[in-house]
Amino acid sequence: MRRITLAAGIAAVATAVALTLTGCASGGNNNLITTNGSEPQNPLVTTNTNETGGGLILDSIYAGLVYYDAKGAPVNEMAESITSSDNTNWDIKIKSGWKFTNGEEVTAQSFVDAWQYGAKLSNAQLNSYYFDIIEGFSYEEDTTLTGLNVVSPTEFTVTLAAPQSDFPLRLGYSGFYPLPKAFFDDPVAFGENPIGNGPYMLQEQGAWKHNVDIKLVKNPDYQGGRKPANGGIDIVFYATMEAAYADLQADNLDVMAGIPDSALKTFKTDLGDRAVSQGAAIFQSFTIPERLAHFSGDEGFLRRQAISMSMNRQEMIDAIFDGTRQPARDFTSPVINGWRGDLPGADVLDYNAAKAKELWAQADKISPWSGSFQIAYNADGGHQGWVDAVANQIKNTLGIDASGAPYPTFAELRTAVTDKTIATAFRTGWQADYPALANFLIPLYQTDAGANDGGYSNADVDALFTQGDEAKSVDEANTFYQKAQEILLQQLPAVPLWYGITDGGYSTKVKNVEFGWNSVPLLYNVVKN
Amino acid sequence: MFGYIVRRLLQAIPVFLGTTLLIYYMVFAMPGDPIVALFGDKAVNPAVLEQLRARYHLDQPFIVQYLIYIGGILRGDFGTSFSGQPVGTILAQTFPVTIRLATLALLFEMIVGVGVGLISGLRKGKFFDASALAVSLIFLSLPIFVIAFVFQFFFAIKLGWAKPTVSGEAGWGELILPAIVLATISIAYIIRLTRASVIETADQDFVRTAYSKGLSRRRVIQVHILRNSLIPVVTFLAVDFGVLLVGATVTEGIFNVPGVGRTLYQAIIRGEGPTVVSFVTVMVLIYLVVNLLTDLLYAALDPRIRYGK
Repeated sequence: MRRITLAAGIAAVATAVALTLTGCASGGNNNLITTNGSEPQNPLVTTNTNETGGGLILDSIYAGLVYYDAKGAPVNEMAESITSSDNTNWDIKIKSGWKFTNGEEVTAQSFVDAWQYGAKLSNAQLNSYYFDIIEGFSYEEDTTLTGLNVVSPTEFTVTLAAPQSDFPLRLGYSGFYPLPKAFFDDPVAFGENPIGNGPYMLQEQGAWKHNVDIKLVKNPDYQGGRKPANGGIDIVFYATMEAAYADLQADNLDVMAGIPDSALKTFKTDLGDRAVSQGAAIFQSFTIPERLAHFSGDEGFLRRQAISMSMNRQEMIDAIFDGTRQPARDFTSPVINGWRGDLPGADVLDYNAAKAKELWAQADKISPWSGSFQIAYNADGGHQGWVDAVANQIKNTLGIDASGAPYPTFAELRTAVTDKTIATAFRTGWQADYPALANFLIPLYQTDAGANDGGYSNADVDALFTQGDEAKSVDEANTFYQKAQEILLQQLPAVPLWYGITDGGYSTKVKNVEFGWNSVPLLYNVVKN
Repeated sequence: MFGYIVRRLLQAIPVFLGTTLLIYYMVFAMPGDPIVALFGDKAVNPAVLEQLRARYHLDQPFIVQYLIYIGGILRGDFGTSFSGQPVGTILAQTFPVTIRLATLALLFEMIVGVGVGLISGLRKGKFFDASALAVSLIFLSLPIFVIAFVFQFFFAIKLGWAKPTVSGEAGWGELILPAIVLATISIAYIIRLTRASVIETADQDFVRTAYSKGLSRRRVIQVHILRNSLIPVVTFLAVDFGVLLVGATVTEGIFNVPGVGRTLYQAIIRGEGPTVVSFVTVMVLIYLVVNLLTDLLYAALDPRIRYGK
């Protein structure tokens, strides 16, 4: 009898625990759409946020001059008109009657002040390079953007340092959002509790719970085209994609952008028609710098072509990514207006072992190959699988020694790449800031451009880029950019691998889920069942 | 006794300085520039880079950085994270969560571990004992992330008894599932420890004496066997509490618990020196305190141990 008491006691405790477990399983705010995000790396300031965690929040709480629809086409949001006769002098008229959520009117001055702040060197804003196209910008000293002039509360003019045919396309990027006066009074406090003019606003002061979530509610005064179809959104910060996916499966997360690698095989069967898979504005490649031995001049072009043709991209995609990538046909992305999959010379991206060997042999005649071919990658980003596969294919086709060269962290790899000390090829990738062909090309392959990690320089390409910038329309500009790509396909400043895919899914509690050109779900359209 | 405690606390000062120096050096020596990483794949504006380096004192030599950091701590300033939040605030937000999680886990360890261990010990070689040993062996041999994923999948996703992840409030109820996961491995160990200790104590002369005095079995077990077999278990639990407070990175990641482990992991990935060092420093302090309490507990449980003048 007594022995049983103890056992019974334990059983009672266990039952109590089980009861608490079930009892406490409910709760939470049911009015908000939940979606996955990550803790912003910087204070929430438009000109200082360049990563997706903070970008998702800023895009929800700010309205810029334009926003991008699901296809990536710009739609006027606060802009009444954006016009120019020469692509250099732009006249921007904005709609009147818009307010920040603290009641302050949004005027032309709100835009100009924000841009001046973002461009000023001593403010150390991560997006400062965005303003380098505007007259008066300097990388050396504090200057005023003389190209910005307020004409009236609803009109301002922008003078660019050089013509930019795609200037209106850029204006939907978060760096170009307006800022209220409250920001300039106390930027630090503002970064914690930003005040915007977008479809949503912070639920309350301190709504950003660091490392936990940020709750946004509908902004009743919003007048633009992104009118929320729901009461608000709760962006939950997850440490891992696996945790977010577990929540999605349990209907505890409404909209999920991205799918963890571990679930790529199964997510379409797990979620059925609630699984999302579509093209993304993500381009992945590896770059072989010009300065490496055997990779400069004509020898380098031949060797890059040989390496590109020695890989079977589709085979790697199927084996490593379960088909969730698209083999690259150029240097941009199929979701961008103007993309073509049939550029002359794109066959350099097809697997052709015989041709690859032949080109490699030609290069050997210029200077015989020695040493080994390595591709550097950051080991903290899940790149090992494909880098090893690429190295193996090169090794098998060309019969040279090839391998991956891991760097422990992203920071270490980027440091070696940007200070140009890296002595191997390295992985590169680009996610577009705004939906334009030029954004995939000019920052990466123009002589001395900011992200030209391989040190590529070609006068013809530079000239075509300039012609594109000066073109009368985006379509006309694209013809120049495509001509530039034809040269790039011969010289391969980066070896294109594949385009990213937007993976995601949603719960049984919501409908009308659509993902935009930049892989971000259009949260304002989502409706609770 | 008082003198002993003071002496132990004084000893903590060099340990504190040594560990912070070591950890700060390790973060400093981590390859790669965290500011360059802030720019991602995008263009780096060199002037902005310089200014950000200066703001986080990354342009200073190591020893200057360290002294600035220690000077800040002495004024109660732990520095700021890249997202502009004072590290002190982050500490104040995350530690209560982890303390709740660790307390719950400890509670499970005590109830299940000691309970099962006691019954096993009293019924040495019987069916209950054998099966408890077998089950505990399984849990001992499984890595914690396997247990965590399996529990999350079955109890949260399949059965829906709990949510797969923990919300921002991280209330007691939500933390039960991760706490059970966290406790499993130690439970297995405690079962074995308690069992062995109970068997040993039950063979002692004073237990036989107690029985022959005519005491009830219940009283013998409660007062004589249990209390005496608990000394090694209690010390293990105390040390384990310290481990739970600092070592739940994997479990916190899987269940998205906004606690110390997850935050520290993220800070390491982002190379945020002040955050990493402050967290580890507080962990070291907790460990020192828990160790001290454990030693004091020894004396309280076993009158033969005395900490002298």
